[in-house]
Amino acid sequence: MPVPKTLGIETEYGIVHRGVSDPNPISASSLLINAYLSRQAEPGRGPGSPRVGWDFVDESPAVDLRGFTPLDAMAPEIETHLVNAVLTNGARYYVDHAHPELSTPECADALSIVLQDRAADHILIESMEAANAVLPDGQELVVYKNNSDGKGNSYGCHENYLMDRSTPFSRIVQHATTHFVTRQVFTGAGKVGCELPFRERDYMPFQLTQRADFFEEEVGLETTLKRPIINTRDEPHADPLRYRRLHVIVGDANLCEVATFLKVGTTALVLAMVEEDMIDPSLAVVDPVRAMQAVSWDLSLARPLELADGRTATAIEVQWELLKAARRYLDDRGPDMVGGSVAHEVVRRWEAVLTGLESDPGSLAGQVDWVTKRRVVEGVRDRHGLATSDLRLAAVDLQYHDLRPDRSLFARLGAEVLVDPADARLATRTPPSDTRAYFRGRCLARWPDRIVAANWDSMVFDVGDNALRRVPMMEPSRGTEEHVGTLLDTCETVEELLDRLSA
Amino acid sequence: MAEQERRQREAESTDEAAVEEVGAAPGATERGERLKGELDDLLDEIDEVLETNAEEFVKSYIQKGGE
Repeated sequence: MPVPKTLGIETEYGIVHRGVSDPNPISASSLLINAYLSRQAEPGRGPGSPRVGWDFVDESPAVDLRGFTPLDAMAPEIETHLVNAVLTNGARYYVDHAHPELSTPECADALSIVLQDRAADHILIESMEAANAVLPDGQELVVYKNNSDGKGNSYGCHENYLMDRSTPFSRIVQHATTHFVTRQVFTGAGKVGCELPFRERDYMPFQLTQRADFFEEEVGLETTLKRPIINTRDEPHADPLRYRRLHVIVGDANLCEVATFLKVGTTALVLAMVEEDMIDPSLAVVDPVRAMQAVSWDLSLARPLELADGRTATAIEVQWELLKAARRYLDDRGPDMVGGSVAHEVVRRWEAVLTGLESDPGSLAGQVDWVTKRRVVEGVRDRHGLATSDLRLAAVDLQYHDLRPDRSLFARLGAEVLVDPADARLATRTPPSDTRAYFRGRCLARWPDRIVAANWDSMVFDVGDNALRRVPMMEPSRGTEEHVGTLLDTCETVEELLDRLSA
Repeated sequence: MAEQERRQREAESTDEAAVEEVGAAPGATERGERLKGELDDLLDEIDEVLETNAEEFVKSYIQKGGE
């Protein structure tokens, strides 16, 4: 049975600690996040983020915890040695290995994702400001929204899609792979250079994506070694009998809002079609790992890919097929499972981007990151007569992703916006209204001192006398403003909230 | 030779497509020049904010560990 495509993005940002001789990325990331949290907790800054820790306790998959029925107290296990916070917009902000990482709250459509992704960037920018205000003179933390350091080290921008547990996984693998290989023509963030092992950096002066060089397998559980196109992590963070969460690790972090919108919006449509078995089975790319790199390296966008039935098609042609299927899907099933009316806008933009890629890719500057970046890289190259191997071009690439407003190249390029910047700032504090993130965020804003821990699918309240109450939230589309808005508005205390939830 | 003949035929042609094509050319050039002008302004601005020691900047950007 198809399920609404609840969506999320997790971005690992690059971080540099300038002005120190032996920078440590873990402590730099901790400092960055702690500075933000401290600033939010200052009096007079409104309902800022409380210091609520992330809850790592595993839910038992044998027990159906749907709905909001509070269970008896359980002692949560809270990781304390690395920063791990939950924000009032329902996001998670933490140190992941050697990077600051921000996971957006659960979103119900691709436009909501764009808003939350932009809010995430604002949070990182505010974090830099807060950290740099307390660092000694001469030191600075700088954050980059990219996926590669140009030296073979990559970090991810992962997407999450809620799916029906009963959909055969092999079907997901086939069609999602086809989409991931070919969507690169509009999702790529662009990269100066090549990072394949045993290749010179300037083997590839410019390619469509940051990430394609790093994928070696078709399917697997890894995210850091032998990265697979399809990741098999099975943590639904929701009722495991009903749901699967497809954890997508192949994508680039996008700066262009149109690119983020299309990356997530088209993928949600493809996955909904997979649930309904509405994609032509012959639309499968042969040797997808090599095909990913072939697409990323092909600036002409004209290279034919071999398909399973013996035909050949370019990435754009495959995308036209998927778009055609998506139109049929919407005509037939309507947009309820794929973000409502926003899905129609996804399809409209999908057509526009494919048309632009075919007729005049340069016209997509400001919408597609690789096009936007390439224009600047080649502009600088031509103006100064630089060789393609000149490190100044790699510097332009890096600085495209620099989040400092006074240094960001992207910010100067007049990219098209889909969300009001003022709304994006507001979204750093307020959750989406139409997923369970609403309940999480509102509770954190109202009773920060009474919440011991939180995670995606539950919250733990301190009910006094050393007792804790866990509120499970196993249904991502419940806990919305429509469901609990009045309840939260009218409850004076945590006790009243818990009583009324269990009534 | 073939190219010359084609041009001549186009010059003599009075069909709508040819007229449109001739009419579109100055517009396209204008757009091209406007874009080039914009890019030039942009590159001026970018030259000002670019990291001054590009080589050092690129070499020192190392990100180990993640995902």
